[in-house]
Amino acid sequence: MRQPKAGTLTRADLADVVHQEIGLSRAESANIVERILHHMCAALSDGENVKISGFGSFILRDKGERIGRNPKTGVEVPIAPRRVLTFRASQLMRERIVSGD
Amino acid sequence: MAIDNGSVPKGGIEVIRSELVQKLCDDHPDLRIREIERVVSSFFDAISDQLQQGGRVELRGFGAFSTRDRDARKGRNPRTGEAVDVDAKRVPYFKPGKEMRERLNV
Repeated sequence: MRQPKAGTLTRADLADVVHQEIGLSRAESANIVERILHHMCAALSDGENVKISGFGSFILRDKGERIGRNPKTGVEVPIAPRRVLTFRASQLMRERIVSGD
Repeated sequence: MAIDNGSVPKGGIEVIRSELVQKLCDDHPDLRIREIERVVSSFFDAISDQLQQGGRVELRGFGAFSTRDRDARKGRNPRTGEAVDVDAKRVPYFKPGKEMRERLNV
């Protein structure tokens, strides 16, 4: 019932999983997948971390300004302070990935 | 060498799974909370399953999940300083999409 082994899953595949597993219509499944991503993006844009138990945490970090270097030309350039997004997988997910198939 | 991992933004607010479910309930008054919970589990489990099988998940505008192989290495017990062998392993990895990165810095 699951999609092809390996390869790349997209929104459409996730909507299809929801459609098949939960039995919502295809349109509603696609819509709710979109809303899940929308709410996660919105929270992160507002500076809130997102924590999904059993899956992992999306954590924001504020980086200070630093001097970088163009690796091609060697010219030093200032890198502006910025906010970055990191993902820390839950213990459960790490264990699943380590064990593989 | 010290690595600057950046600081966690002030406020320390976070959205947890149950709050996500609540927001989705507000979007979909026609669905019961029990169904929404199943949808959310189904969504995240599908991503985990795909990574477990060695695949990727690409979500335009948000980011991409994949796995990375880490070589075996010599580690050290931070408490005792004793050298230990760390086996090669596969770890989950997430790369935020361009749009997501830009949205964080407006």
